Amino acid sequence: MNRIKQKLQEDKKLLSIYFTAGYPKLEDTVPVITALEQAGVDMIEIGLPFSDPLADGPTIQESSTVALHNGMSTDVLFKQLKDVRKKVSIPLIIMGYFNPVLQYGVEAFCKKCEEIGIDGIILPDLPIDVYQAEYETIFKDHGLLNIFLITPQTSDARIHQIDQGSNGFIYMVSSASTTGAKTGFGKEQHAYFERIANMDLKNPQIVGFGISNASTFQQATTYAKGAIIGSAFIKSLTEKGPQGIHSFVSSIKKSI
Amino acid sequence: MRTYQADEKGYYGEFGGAFIPEMLYPNTEELRQHYVQIMEEASFKKEFHQLLKDYVGRPTPLYFANRLSEKYKTKIYLKREDLCHTGAHKVNNTIGQILMAKKLGKSRIIAETGAGQHGVATATVCALMGMECIVYMGEIDIARQAPNVARMKMLGAEVRPALSGSRTLKDATNEAIRDWINNPVNTHYIIGSVVGPHPYPDMVARFQSVISEEIKWQLMEKEGRENPDYVVACVGGGSNAAGTYYHFLDNKDVGIIAVEAAGKGIHSGESAATSALGQVGIIHGSKTLLMQTQDGQITEPYSISAGLDYPGVGPMHANLYRTGRGEFISITDDEAMTAGLLVSQLEGIIPAIETSHAFAIFDHRKFGPDDVVVINLSGRGDKDLQTYIDYFKL
Repeated sequence: MNRIKQKLQEDKKLLSIYFTAGYPKLEDTVPVITALEQAGVDMIEIGLPFSDPLADGPTIQESSTVALHNGMSTDVLFKQLKDVRKKVSIPLIIMGYFNPVLQYGVEAFCKKCEEIGIDGIILPDLPIDVYQAEYETIFKDHGLLNIFLITPQTSDARIHQIDQGSNGFIYMVSSASTTGAKTGFGKEQHAYFERIANMDLKNPQIVGFGISNASTFQQATTYAKGAIIGSAFIKSLTEKGPQGIHSFVSSIKKSI
Repeated sequence: MRTYQADEKGYYGEFGGAFIPEMLYPNTEELRQHYVQIMEEASFKKEFHQLLKDYVGRPTPLYFANRLSEKYKTKIYLKREDLCHTGAHKVNNTIGQILMAKKLGKSRIIAETGAGQHGVATATVCALMGMECIVYMGEIDIARQAPNVARMKMLGAEVRPALSGSRTLKDATNEAIRDWINNPVNTHYIIGSVVGPHPYPDMVARFQSVISEEIKWQLMEKEGRENPDYVVACVGGGSNAAGTYYHFLDNKDVGIIAVEAAGKGIHSGESAATSALGQVGIIHGSKTLLMQTQDGQITEPYSISAGLDYPGVGPMHANLYRTGRGEFISITDDEAMTAGLLVSQLEGIIPAIETSHAFAIFDHRKFGPDDVVVINLSGRGDKDLQTYIDYFKL
């Protein structure tokens, strides 16, 4: 069984961490992954950096620029991850933009992910209709879950369409924003979380964007199966480096 | 019959579509559902054409360039978009889109700009309609295009520097898109070219299509025929070209010539010739040809003309190139500058450097003595005076 699906069956709220591969140093990718698992994180999103990350705020833009400058590329990432499954067993997801995947070749990319032991892919700018028409069978043949996003503006009809087309979990963007733009949740978010929780979707939801500490993690997971922290973790990496990972994760997990 | 127009999903052949993060879906979907219907409403058409006439100064003349025609032994007509208010064709689109924004009930306008021409055209229509206007512009472009920054400010717009990436046009576009993600309800994004996710390429092409609509009846008056043998335009993102070709796209009797900026030479590493150097990929929500590394990172183009240094090209043009319907020629900085000077002295018209690229084709390609060649004179050269001064040591 796919590791993501297995993890989703566990009776607990899941903490997922996003970081940019090759940041802060090119060779930090695997050490960051192993440290995150050791610190007790449930799932990891490995960011494949892109020159033009449309959906990201300044923190992830900056980490992407630094990673590319360090020499990160799709090829380098795959080489770094070659033996990652000897070291970590939690689900690993690659998150990036569609263009680098398209240049690598979607089939070749998925094949490589399967060889390494990647469990899922998130490509925010690959829309569901194009995915279903052109790529779904390739992803499935290689045992990869493709994760789609919804936002507070997504209509109920489209949420149902995405739910039907998803297999794993739905990435629930907490507010109309780029990554790292907002901190804390207001009434609007709580209403949205509640609305989605009451929609009786077949896929569990994991909330991302705007989660930065124990309090926001706790609020998000009151309604959802788990939550994803990205920009706040990158900030911690920038300030404290990989040594700070354990204390960062502990500070979130005390709310679980 | 084969068509070179967009299909209902916004594809031109294999190019186009809407490759956008879900956060943008409601914004573009609202536009997609309404744009054709709104543009076809009688009241919309009336207001659009009234403003084009009384405010922009349309129709722009179709002028027979006597001395240029003599020199190159063919019949050259110039479509004088340089005489539009604000000095270029850009305003045709911003007038259309601000009316669209009003119909959709939006109160806040955002735009991206490279050299500042589209930013000025957007700030202009926002002043006209009393709308809040924020223009994103790369920090580097702000420094090298000071007069246009001042024009935008004088027109009441806020110019926000794009500090990410290479801090030029593509990054200003990224910032505008990020703004739209963060402000999905009250804001309309006026894209300046036939780029971006569906429906933008088609909507902008429709607003610019007034250019070829006028060429048809003006040429009938002058030559007794609606269709020229060739239409010629420079292509960066490709909005003036899309407008020039629009009504001739599916008429094979009319040759389509697209002129790209080769910069310092196609293989110099400093070029913006997207058709020659680009690979299929995704930029700003559209599948098209774009300049990128093997790893799929978007690269920074170069041209002496700020309006042509976009790393992609509109999907309509990618399809014209791929299918062979359009003939693509790339022109270096030096060739363009020389042609700009020549047109100034033969016709008394100082063209924008973008447009100068189109004039340089006559040294690359021969036309018959009876061929009717229409060149879109997309903008005037005032904004480029400093570049001309530095280049020719005037």
